[in-house]
Amino acid sequence: MRILVPLKRVPDPDTRIRVKPDGSAVDLDGVKFAVNPFDAIALEEALRIQEKVGECEIVVTTIGGDECIEQLRVGLAMGAQRALLVRTAGDLDSLAVAKILAAVFRREQPHFVLMGKQAIDDDSNQAGQMLAALLGLGQATFVSRLELIENNTRARCGRETDAGIETITVRLPAILTTDLRLNEPRYVSLPGIMKAKKKPLEETTVADLDVTAASRTRLLMLEPPSRRKAGQRVKTVDELLDKLKTEARVIS
Amino acid sequence: MTPHILVLAEHDAGDLKLATLSAIAFARSLLAQCGGSLNILVIGDNVAATAGQLRQYGAASVLVADHPQLKHPLADKYAQVLAGVAKQCGATFVAAAASTFSKDILPRAAALLDAGMLSDVVAARPDGDDFIFKRVLFAGNAIATVTLAGPLKFLTVRASAFSHPTREPGESEVTSISLEPERLPAFSEYAGREAKVAGRPDSTEARVVVSGGRAIRNAEDFERLVGGLADTLGGAVGSSRALVDAGITPNSLQVGQTGKIVAPDLYIAIGISGAIQHLAGMKDAKVIVAINKDADAPIFEVADYGLVGDVYQVVPELMEKLKTHPGP
Repeated sequence: MRILVPLKRVPDPDTRIRVKPDGSAVDLDGVKFAVNPFDAIALEEALRIQEKVGECEIVVTTIGGDECIEQLRVGLAMGAQRALLVRTAGDLDSLAVAKILAAVFRREQPHFVLMGKQAIDDDSNQAGQMLAALLGLGQATFVSRLELIENNTRARCGRETDAGIETITVRLPAILTTDLRLNEPRYVSLPGIMKAKKKPLEETTVADLDVTAASRTRLLMLEPPSRRKAGQRVKTVDELLDKLKTEARVIS
Repeated sequence: MTPHILVLAEHDAGDLKLATLSAIAFARSLLAQCGGSLNILVIGDNVAATAGQLRQYGAASVLVADHPQLKHPLADKYAQVLAGVAKQCGATFVAAAASTFSKDILPRAAALLDAGMLSDVVAARPDGDDFIFKRVLFAGNAIATVTLAGPLKFLTVRASAFSHPTREPGESEVTSISLEPERLPAFSEYAGREAKVAGRPDSTEARVVVSGGRAIRNAEDFERLVGGLADTLGGAVGSSRALVDAGITPNSLQVGQTGKIVAPDLYIAIGISGAIQHLAGMKDAKVIVAINKDADAPIFEVADYGLVGDVYQVVPELMEKLKTHPGP
């Protein structure tokens, strides 16, 4: 069995994001980067499946430049067997990413793909679903419970929908996108980091994969959200109720 | 380019989700700026009545894909139907309100048609031959102005950014979509859903949302304080991620970057510190009330009314005094 886990490099989720004054981009000066938290959950799930089924190889992949090698090393240190960097320059939108991942899928022929439901920078929540469509495969999004069934030919997935947890089964190979509550990713251990240094990290390019994937989305400007007016402190419940009734008029 | 917009309606076993009306309002606001046409698509099993509810919003047609195989919103089937209808009716836009339903289906349909997509759109306007959009990213900490190239564009729109449309005179025609059920994909099968707690409105649809955070110690206290206050006000309940992670509340209640985006008239945050991921889900509420023991909690920076105090004392007092007032 082989599991493909795409990892995206994103600003650390605990960083306060600020837009540059000229609106051209987010100010990344001094910002630390991390593996997208949902992707880390995907990798953790792959590792747990590997521990259960035994014969299983986990391949982590990412798309970008030299800077992304750091996140692939984290993936290897967590326990993946090998890594593949697809070299590109510039920002890609979800459809372009999905086209590149489709080419990686064809090359690696995994049993299934586990990936985050969304990246916490762009917040698009599209790439997994698009990848499934491009490959003509099934999908399960927002997965918070996962079990391989029927001799590993199907996955039973609990999905976190707005209405509660829905369960579907999906034929493998498929694209499974992970939600928060699926698991808690392990920390990278020192022996893990040492071992990762010896694991294969291969590189390829979009041209070598024979993909044309240009971004159709163009960013014109970024702006900070409008700030709420500073509010007031009230001292008692009576004062609060009075304000809500007579000033805000949201209760009568 | 004159827009031809196809809106995908969302419903739960026939019950129309009100966010659908916000997607229609988005479409109508774009059409008001540059002309064009609107069609609405309802996919499901036995959804004629749902389609009927959508006839008064100025669409040329309410299209209905009705078949027992479409009883559950499985993305493989729904995306194929949506893509087919979009192609057939010459749509240049496919839009739906942002939700787990639309986020599952629209990107898949977009890729089937080699179309690009924008998520969480909050504004759109024509610009020469094309359009300019605003969308939210980085957990609501940045608003991007973007263009999306291509003759067909898929969008999910933030329901909180578009109010409900007025009803129009006249009724849209209802048109049945001819399906080839044997050609629908069957990669996945529906296996059930955990019954949701009945009796309270959905937080994305309610006028009042009461949310609980870390200060709430267990599920019983959540129900008593957060649920109790919500019921007193006829509102919905929400939760911060901290309580979801602690297993005190189900994820379906989570308000925030990766949960629901709500914009009620009144949002009451009970013992919520106000992490940026939570603020991303509620800062468009008209009035925000925060009750928290920690006077320095970031939630007070966005609250219209802040009360520093122990929620275990303040909330029961609030409920008691509200009960002596007439309702909201």
